[in-house]
Amino acid sequence: MSKIIDGLLYTKDHEWLKIEGTEATVGISDYAQSSLGEIVYVELPVVDDEFSAKEEIANVESVKAASAIYSPVSGTVSEVNEDLSDNPELLNEDCYSNFIFKLKDIKKEEDLLDADAYREFLKTLD
Amino acid sequence: MTNEKLLINKSVKGRNAYNFPPLDVKPAKALNEKLKRLDEAILPEVSELDLVRHFSKLSTMAFGVDFGFYPLGSCTMKYNPKVNERLTSFDGFTNIHPLQDEDTVQGCLKIYYEMIKDLCEISGMDWGTLQPCAGAHGEYTGLKIIRSYFMDKNEPQRNIILIPESAHGTNPASAHMNGFDIRIVKSNERGLVDLEDLKKNLKSDVAGIMLTNPNTLGLFEVDILKISKLVHQAGGLLYYDGANMNAIMGKARPRDMGFDVVHFNLHKTFSTPHGGGGPGSGPVLFVDKLKKFVPVPDVIFENGRYSLDWEKEDSLGKVSSFYGNFLVIVKAYAYILSMGCDGLKSASEHAVLNANYMRVKLMQKYKVAYDRICMHEFVLSLQDLKNSTGVSALDISKSLLDRGYHPPTMYFPMIVHEALMFEPTETESLQVMDECCNVILDLYEKAKANPEELKKAPFKTVIGRVDEVLAARNPVLKG
Amino acid sequence: MYSYIPHTSGDEEKMLDTIGVNSIDELFVDLKEGGCLLKDYLKINEGISEEEVIRKIKRLANMNEQGTSFLGAGVYDHIIPSAVLSLASLPGFVTSYTPYQAEISQGILQAFFEFQTMICNLTSLPVSNATLYDGGSAAAEAASLILSSKRACNEIIVSSTVSPFYLECIKTWITGTGNNLVLLPEKDGVSDFDCLESLITDKTAGVMVQTPNKYGFFEDLTGVSSIVHSFKGLFAISSDPLSLTIQKSQGQWGADIAIGDTQSLGIPMAFGGPTAGYMAVNSSLMRKIPGRIVGQTVDNQGKVAYVLTLQAREQHIKRERATSNICSNEALISIMNVIYTSQLGFKGMREAALQSRSKAQYLLEGLDKLSFVNIKKRDFFLEFPVEFDSKERMEKFLLALKKKGIFGGVRLYQLTKKKEDEATILVAVTEKRTKEEMDEYLEIVGGLEND
Repeated sequence: MSKIIDGLLYTKDHEWLKIEGTEATVGISDYAQSSLGEIVYVELPVVDDEFSAKEEIANVESVKAASAIYSPVSGTVSEVNEDLSDNPELLNEDCYSNFIFKLKDIKKEEDLLDADAYREFLKTLD
Repeated sequence: MTNEKLLINKSVKGRNAYNFPPLDVKPAKALNEKLKRLDEAILPEVSELDLVRHFSKLSTMAFGVDFGFYPLGSCTMKYNPKVNERLTSFDGFTNIHPLQDEDTVQGCLKIYYEMIKDLCEISGMDWGTLQPCAGAHGEYTGLKIIRSYFMDKNEPQRNIILIPESAHGTNPASAHMNGFDIRIVKSNERGLVDLEDLKKNLKSDVAGIMLTNPNTLGLFEVDILKISKLVHQAGGLLYYDGANMNAIMGKARPRDMGFDVVHFNLHKTFSTPHGGGGPGSGPVLFVDKLKKFVPVPDVIFENGRYSLDWEKEDSLGKVSSFYGNFLVIVKAYAYILSMGCDGLKSASEHAVLNANYMRVKLMQKYKVAYDRICMHEFVLSLQDLKNSTGVSALDISKSLLDRGYHPPTMYFPMIVHEALMFEPTETESLQVMDECCNVILDLYEKAKANPEELKKAPFKTVIGRVDEVLAARNPVLKG
Repeated sequence: MYSYIPHTSGDEEKMLDTIGVNSIDELFVDLKEGGCLLKDYLKINEGISEEEVIRKIKRLANMNEQGTSFLGAGVYDHIIPSAVLSLASLPGFVTSYTPYQAEISQGILQAFFEFQTMICNLTSLPVSNATLYDGGSAAAEAASLILSSKRACNEIIVSSTVSPFYLECIKTWITGTGNNLVLLPEKDGVSDFDCLESLITDKTAGVMVQTPNKYGFFEDLTGVSSIVHSFKGLFAISSDPLSLTIQKSQGQWGADIAIGDTQSLGIPMAFGGPTAGYMAVNSSLMRKIPGRIVGQTVDNQGKVAYVLTLQAREQHIKRERATSNICSNEALISIMNVIYTSQLGFKGMREAALQSRSKAQYLLEGLDKLSFVNIKKRDFFLEFPVEFDSKERMEKFLLALKKKGIFGGVRLYQLTKKKEDEATILVAVTEKRTKEEMDEYLEIVGGLEND
């Protein structure tokens, strides 16, 4: 059973995000990290770069897979989790405490899912 | 047995493995200080015997077709005829510079010309190029021809390439390198292209479709004439990935199926050795209307002379520094000469015979992904075995290593779970296949009886399973 | 009966019986249903014996003419030690597939690891792949790497002094990708770096140069990497690997990417192929470099082991998101390269480089005495351009040499297709050439003074 945390928003690409005003904190869900297997590398975006919603913003790689992370909302990168450069396995250990990047000046999107909707979505994937 | 030390760690300062004839002219003036190298690069210092022992030893820690059965699906690991090695050692080939005057390289140019003609006959196409150095390189070139065609016709909106979900990874990558986006066409329950899904995808933005026939499941696309008609009607072109050509030489031709561009893998179908991953060669053949886009230089034959034609206004340009992997082409040319029209046909017939034989034998215990006559390769799905014992396709493959066989291709195509793809090729005998099948069937029983042991295999090889996670997390890429 | 198809009719009968069909034809039923089955044989020759194949191919080899080669332009007639050719034909190397099954491929993987190490040490950059197809396609891959690494950039500046065939490969790749190639002009036979800053825009992703360049001249790259890095661009340098034993390596010049062709490291000329391309990069590009890479790790017993790694970059995982589609490469060539560099070591390679340069200088001094030529004097590696007072004179020169079995030089026009290059040749001299051969060359062309 995939772990899902209530109170966060999710995307169909298995990212989670926490929105506070015009800032968003983004990571990958438990389903994503367990599908990837042992994560070996995280390609982080560059601070101050701007992205539109659904644009490829980061990459998470395991030995046998490479998963693109798409920006769930449009915005400007304000912070990246440098710890993931040396310790990508943190995402396997706890994907919800370890964010990947933060965005500021965001524009919220319509198709974000709440925890229940994401739970339902995951059921359709099996 | 353990791994060898790196040769650099066997070095002894001052040791020497080669000496040159003494310099017979005065030494060059020193190079300008600003340009001089700042240090001495660290390279081995060994004797010739050290060198020979080191690399000879390394060559034994390898598995070649010369050593044992290699049923790798999609790779066509057939026997590499020794005569071809002999032919490419002639100094009439090795001592030739690519920019010599044309009248001094008529032999090379004739081989190029005749080879293109032979490949045209085998594929049904009108002309070709031997410049690409590998299959993926051929795909890149062939797709560039398609791109050039639509730019020339002023249809730049055609920027989509359709590929089936079972396609090899190089297909979408090659499309992307040419600035195309891709759309996936689904397979039907028979494992073939779903015609209804194809029709849905044939919009006016489609430049073409990349297919291999038989497909990566080893199944022949029986609807290929319908497919090619639909694509042409929609204004697109068809690209044939020739990786699976070993199934149909002399039995069917891509041109007759409706394809417009084809690439072949000389290191698969045409017996040239794999060399640990190259050199290969990926000739591209095409229909008449695409001839003008051929990479330069083209090879022509006029008034009894062969020459290189550099003046091709609409050429797509160059994909290699020179003309392609000449020595590899010589080997394949010799293979075609030696087999001839009858031999090539027989090769495909026996490749298909062998694959069906192994399929039927292994079906005694294993589940085949598609239970019907296959072509030169077939795919097993070990999902049921994994569910019941925990033993995966990987574990069975690793156990085969202990039995002296190279495993089949694992986890490809991605549409089959726990896939193992077998391609015996025509150069393997009944006896070899029987022994191998018996081992694989035995492994099935072992998986049921003692799954934990198979999960730890191999045991008899120089090293056990490697820590790939460590290798990718903390890469150590040089000594 | 074919030697490479072992089936007897007895074998076939047994097999057909097991499968449950009456004939091989039945196995091709799908081709029939698909309307594709050929009725006749292909219109090529019928199969012939091994001896007849040898006779035919030998005849073709004999249609070629060998000569004393002063030809260069990317392919050189260097000395190749016997051990390189002999070891390269070992069946473990020749008949193996790509070493995806690490447990049975440690020898091949280690050979590639040693190749990577050698390239890194020569180029002074920390990460190398295990070959690309050749120098030209390596240049195209480098352009692709530079452009894909810089978001919102779509221009690359390439010097006009990069080999013309490499430039063609880059141009071909760029077509249809939405990127632009900007040429850095040349002046007096080298890149005109005074123009560089004026060509840089906010869309420039990086700069590529070559040394020795297309004329054989060394380029002074002092200050270039600072300029490129000042706008966070990537700097690529293409070099003949043998030249790296005497000139500053790409890493020492501050490059981020090093590329080139490895033909000069123990590979026969062979009409231009097969050869191999090399690429080395700095660590920030490690996860983006194309091509296969071997890494060192441990096995489940803690033993040192080699494995293909960082596969997440490659086409079989990234598919359409892969920046390169490369799959098979030039593996066996890289094994020959590492045997060559291991046999000669740095000292041996440097000696080959210095002997080449010395002999080229000797020939240049001899040619310089001719009244009908003009030779630019610049630092060069082993190749230099010779300009004639007329095209006719150049042709007479080359013909006189050819009649005596000497290939005197490459016509520059053949490479650049530019009218102003019609009366220039490139003359290359390697360590393999002797004083006798060069004296004969000079004597023959000296005789043209009286024309």
